[in-house]
Amino acid sequence: MREQLPALIIIVPLLAALAAPLIAYLSTRLLRIVIIGAILVSHLSALGTLLRVLAEGPWHYRFGGWLPPWGIEYVIDPLSGSMAVLISFISLVVAIYSGPFFKADTWLRKGIFYALYALLTTGLLGMVVTGDVFNLYVFLEISSLAAYALIASGGHKATVAAFRYLLIGTVGASFYLLGIGYLYAITGSLNMADLVHRLQPLMDSPAVLTAVVMLVVGMGIKMALFPMHGWLPDAYTYAPPPATAFISGVMTKVSAYVLFRFFFFVLGAMNGPVPAALTVVGWAAAVGIIIGSVMAIAQTDFRRMLAYSSVAQIGYIALGLAIGNTFALIGAVLHILNHAVMKSCLFLVAGGVKWKTGEHTIEKYAELSRRMPLTMGAFLIAALSMVGLPPTAGFFSKWYLVLGAMEAWMWPYIVVIILSSLLNAVYFFRVIEHVYMKKAEPKATEENGGGRELPVAMLVPIVLLGVGILVIGVLNEPIVTQILQYALPGGGR
Amino acid sequence: MQELFSQYFIYWLILILFMIGPFGMIYKKNLVKKLMAMNVMQVAVIIFFLVLGQKTGGTLPIEMHGLAGVENYINPLPHALMLTAIVVSLSTTGVALALLILIQRRYGTLEEDEMLRRMNQ
Repeated sequence: MREQLPALIIIVPLLAALAAPLIAYLSTRLLRIVIIGAILVSHLSALGTLLRVLAEGPWHYRFGGWLPPWGIEYVIDPLSGSMAVLISFISLVVAIYSGPFFKADTWLRKGIFYALYALLTTGLLGMVVTGDVFNLYVFLEISSLAAYALIASGGHKATVAAFRYLLIGTVGASFYLLGIGYLYAITGSLNMADLVHRLQPLMDSPAVLTAVVMLVVGMGIKMALFPMHGWLPDAYTYAPPPATAFISGVMTKVSAYVLFRFFFFVLGAMNGPVPAALTVVGWAAAVGIIIGSVMAIAQTDFRRMLAYSSVAQIGYIALGLAIGNTFALIGAVLHILNHAVMKSCLFLVAGGVKWKTGEHTIEKYAELSRRMPLTMGAFLIAALSMVGLPPTAGFFSKWYLVLGAMEAWMWPYIVVIILSSLLNAVYFFRVIEHVYMKKAEPKATEENGGGRELPVAMLVPIVLLGVGILVIGVLNEPIVTQILQYALPGGGR
Repeated sequence: MQELFSQYFIYWLILILFMIGPFGMIYKKNLVKKLMAMNVMQVAVIIFFLVLGQKTGGTLPIEMHGLAGVENYINPLPHALMLTAIVVSLSTTGVALALLILIQRRYGTLEEDEMLRRMNQ
């Protein structure tokens, strides 16, 4: 059994997704148990795999016993292992949270929601553990299709947002497919480990240049890198809250991971056209950080503000890749982890407020600290972490990024990071002011019951993520030296 | 015919086909036409892969008597990959059409300008 752990990460949620509508027909209570159980099994397998990988080095799991480069293999190294642990953890937490949202729905809606949710989890997990570039495309499309449908289930405006995302996302996926088409044309291989060797003598050929451009455009669209972020704000704003929390938390980061994987592991950061591509990505990210933050300040809808802030935050990750030295890469990977936890926490809070009061404009957040003290406590931690105050997690990833930029003598990037932290402070302190200081109007709206707090199923995930931010912040040193250091190309020397 | 598919000329056709996609998605105002443009783009990628497998003088990749040697068969791998891509393209179109039905029911139109106007009312 232990030998099959990498397969379990993918197969268990996939089977749960296929069975979900049927189980929902039998019993919706059983459905929740099955879905949460399946994601838990996936999470534990990912943890077990990561522990073994840290002890014994990368784990190559061959599907059906076919040897690479002919067969598909799953490769779990410390980077993909920790990504898998992160994705399954966020998925698990949000699955627990989603219960109260679907209380009133029919079994069919519940069944289909959880089926899509488990498929999305499967797709994202598959993207990080696979060692085959075409298999990655298939998982990319599985996760994207599930995400389109999940977003569309949020109402009428969400349908339009989902249709736009579908068009733009498919363009991104087509570019990615063309990119690997060029790589296949020039090397005749689709296996990542095999590509590394075959590409080395060919790095200066125009085909590789074209492939790199296509990969950057494709993954840039999927990760909402600055000029290609148009689909993101609408999709995040109108999607149902549990779906947004999961999608915003990990989906764009997985695409950032794919870019990281291609640039630093498959192509090599110093070869051929890659440094030029990284420079372009870096400047796009720098502009995106500023524009995203400024746009976030202009929003009155809390969820839309968070969506624009996501555009800025994905910029930090891309910036870390663009700087490309050890500190900056640690910063980028740590920021993937931090931002997944912070942004999921914030969207869970936004969903909770929407569930309790039916409101989502920042104005209506006045005096919520009285009515939902624990939720707003978690919100406060997450907001401070987004701004980057120690000892929250957000401070440390920015710290590593600044160290990296200093080492590489890239001063404009430091200016961008510090300026955007100030802008972050502007828009988050505005919300904090409303929550803790403004007086609410006498007749506050109540949609779901009196009670002081959210139901336990929603409160526990929010508090768990809030505490998680502090824990990651305090324990950042062991996380970096024990895990992330090995996740870098060349084992982080 | 085989000449056409194994020379460089075919790549220009694929490029034109591929560019129809973004052009249609940006320029056309009708959502169904946007979807069709997206499909054309996916087809261009599929043909690109199929052309990669093509060889002058190659035949079907089924072993025949008296025909040994890899140069006598076209490469079947891109075809296998594109079977998957066609399935993906099919399901994307399916999801998109379902969304279009929802949009049509809610807003009564599939013209983008009209829809946006009714959305902001």
